[in-house]
Amino acid sequence: MMDIGNTSTRTDPSAAIPARPGIGARFNVIVTIVLLLVLVFAPAFAKNFFVFQMTLWLIYAIAILALNLLTGSSGQVSLGHSAFYAIGAYTAAILLNETGLNYVLTLPVAALFGFVAGFLFGFPALRLTGVALAMATFALAVATPAIIKLHVFEEWTGGVQGLFVDKPRAPFGLPISDDAWLYYLTLAVGVLVFLFGLSLLNSRTGRACLALRDNPIAASAMGVNVALYKTLIFGVSAAIASIAGALSAIAIQFVAVDSFTFHLAILLFVGMVVGGIGWLPGSLVGAAFVVFVPNIADGISQGLSGAVFGGLLLLVIFVLPNGAKQIATWLSAQFGAK
Amino acid sequence: MELLIGQTLSGLANGAIYACIALALVMIYKTIDHLNIAQGEMAMISTFFAWQLMEWGVPYWPAFFLTIFVAFCGGVAIDRVLFRPLAKAPVLTHLAGFVALFMILNSVAGLVWDFTIKPFPYPFGTSPFLGSSLISTHQAAMIGISMVLLFLLYLFFQFTRIGLAMRAAATLPESARLVGIRTGRMVSLGWGMASAIGAVAGMLIAPVVFLEPNMMAGILLYGFAAAVLGGLSSPAGAVAGGLLVGVFENLVGTFVPGVGHEIKLPLALALIIAVLALKPNGLFGRKITQRV
Amino acid sequence: MSAFLEAKDLDAFYGQVQALHGLSLSMERGTITTLLGANGAGKTTTLRAICNMIRTSGTISLNGQRISGRSTERIVEMGVAHVPQGRGTFTTLSVDENLRLGAMTRTDHRGIEDDIEKMFARFPILKKRRSQQAGTLSGGEQQMLAVARALMLRPQLMLLDEPSFGLAPLVVQELFEILGQVNRDDGVSILVVEQNAQLALKIATKAYVIASGRIAMSGAAEEIAQDDEVRKSYLGY
Repeated sequence: MMDIGNTSTRTDPSAAIPARPGIGARFNVIVTIVLLLVLVFAPAFAKNFFVFQMTLWLIYAIAILALNLLTGSSGQVSLGHSAFYAIGAYTAAILLNETGLNYVLTLPVAALFGFVAGFLFGFPALRLTGVALAMATFALAVATPAIIKLHVFEEWTGGVQGLFVDKPRAPFGLPISDDAWLYYLTLAVGVLVFLFGLSLLNSRTGRACLALRDNPIAASAMGVNVALYKTLIFGVSAAIASIAGALSAIAIQFVAVDSFTFHLAILLFVGMVVGGIGWLPGSLVGAAFVVFVPNIADGISQGLSGAVFGGLLLLVIFVLPNGAKQIATWLSAQFGAK
Repeated sequence: MELLIGQTLSGLANGAIYACIALALVMIYKTIDHLNIAQGEMAMISTFFAWQLMEWGVPYWPAFFLTIFVAFCGGVAIDRVLFRPLAKAPVLTHLAGFVALFMILNSVAGLVWDFTIKPFPYPFGTSPFLGSSLISTHQAAMIGISMVLLFLLYLFFQFTRIGLAMRAAATLPESARLVGIRTGRMVSLGWGMASAIGAVAGMLIAPVVFLEPNMMAGILLYGFAAAVLGGLSSPAGAVAGGLLVGVFENLVGTFVPGVGHEIKLPLALALIIAVLALKPNGLFGRKITQRV
Repeated sequence: MSAFLEAKDLDAFYGQVQALHGLSLSMERGTITTLLGANGAGKTTTLRAICNMIRTSGTISLNGQRISGRSTERIVEMGVAHVPQGRGTFTTLSVDENLRLGAMTRTDHRGIEDDIEKMFARFPILKKRRSQQAGTLSGGEQQMLAVARALMLRPQLMLLDEPSFGLAPLVVQELFEILGQVNRDDGVSILVVEQNAQLALKIATKAYVIASGRIAMSGAAEEIAQDDEVRKSYLGY
């Protein structure tokens, strides 16, 4: 059981950001290099199915990073990012099927749509704070499948039938499998999004967001347009989730309503909490749980993974308030001591 | 005309259920300042419990009341075990707690009772109510039982010492302690009552939506819409909001062309967004939003 | 004979910040004692420490019975009525309900009804407003309500935190007269924290001056009132 007196400081999002307190710089660099090397060379040693799993893992990591960016920078929490993920997936699938646009180019379009949707939803929803906002976003997640099935959209979305997408081939005659190519594409997008997230947190905009997260009243007194920033960051986060959704459509080659229930939104939230709220590298750890726990748990009994995730959340709440970040900090302290 | 009255009445029937869920949400919101995202799942698991009792041969009404009692105890236990230790923790921790509760209840229901849809008995059957073609007996029962429940709650809060103490603890916990109210117990009581109300709502709606682990997601959405419409902090507003939302949903589904059953959830969402955009404090509530 | 209220070596903490440093005080039954001092000196903290509303070490006893370490609710049951800063009025509840809340720890139904009527006799304005929301009352009326609510407990000891705050001078005058009555007629001991030292020293028999979480000086109220040095350095008038 945790020490209640300390929790408030330890789980405070402000403790989770900036991303690297306590982690020795050299250790940080070494880990990053090793991680990148592993990520780059892994497909060479893995079977295609496992490469596909790793692609999914990176896709979830991007979606979770979207949440981390939102919560880490503005303190807002979304339980509705499955909606933006769905927007991205459908945008990519529809564009590929209807226009024959290059699949790489569907990503920015998906981001744009996600941004607009996030901005429009965020504008009224962000009048709520804390758990009430989470509830409003949760409402969005619950309604998403029904919206997709609406008559108006059915012609585009394929309704319950879903949409099939052709698998992109490795271009330029590269001597790698299609799965590996998709993996590298996802990895490249993931690195870009990660760098974008880091620079956003360190930019003027990021600082403004931090200010408004820590003290909205003071921030508005200093001339930060709080409502606008909150909505913008919500839009940016939605755009990133949308990119992840688009990648998932391309990778899985199939888009269907059932993939975008509120369970997805909750999974993303769990991934964020388990990885360490607001800690961008934690997205990778959280995504690993999201991808691999159901594989194992549901093999044992259908529905077990929900209980496992719930248990993981409780573990984080009561034992490891900063999730994987806490373990990373501890590890780096061990190495730093040498 | 008859269609209008009939649809309004069946809207009221659903609305009564939304009102119960909205009230349960508002009760927790007032006592601990957080919205219980797992409220629907608590109601769902209670309903499964009732179903299990009936499978074991317990008649409807004993099962009904035993379930209410067990749901009450479960609510108290959830407060004691999970949320009291989090009392001073930040919002995110609370949210993680609610989500954990949500996932565990949803998952446990699936593990124990599996994910297939189960029928749930009607307490009074579905024959036309008093021979009227406007409303079925079950719809009348949904309205009647919820309204009796809500009226009892009103009496409890308005005219009993404990009710007064609960209201005081919810508005100003510190002052409440200074007049000797054990605020922790009041919070537990609030959880227990919210859970029990949810159980009633679950058992009344289960014959209509059928019993399965995800049965309450849509209802929770409507309950939340009702609570937002009522201003989030007003119990009376939540009840009025629930009835309004129920009627609105049914009338739109019936009279707006090209809108069928599938519009239900998007409609609730649109309602939430519209209220937040146009009247963020709801129709009846005090200031709930943070203006910055 | 041991004192009615006795606090010894109180240390109190807001998080890591220590607000009281070994503060000790005592008061006799049936008296009015006042705590004076600048803003942030630790007056409010002392009252909160007595009611165990802040992390405190040291011992506090009431009538020779140790109350430190007991829960706030239990201390209230023992007859300590605390009117906090800002009066602690339940603004969304009615005047009548506020009074009933004051008697929350009592179980004598008849006695409670009688006392409510007594309060209405003593504060006629409250009777007029009995079913009104307490938040609609004026500042002075709310302060009367707060005193009445505290009396509903039939307390042995009343803790008042800046009762004159934000009130017009005439209203303050009236309030302090009422406090004098409560002390004399109902035999309630009163520990009052005041910014308005002049006024507090008039009705009190004993005074403590607090500075930086310690007792800077104490003595009979009259003596303190006449001590120019104390007045200038601590009380600022």
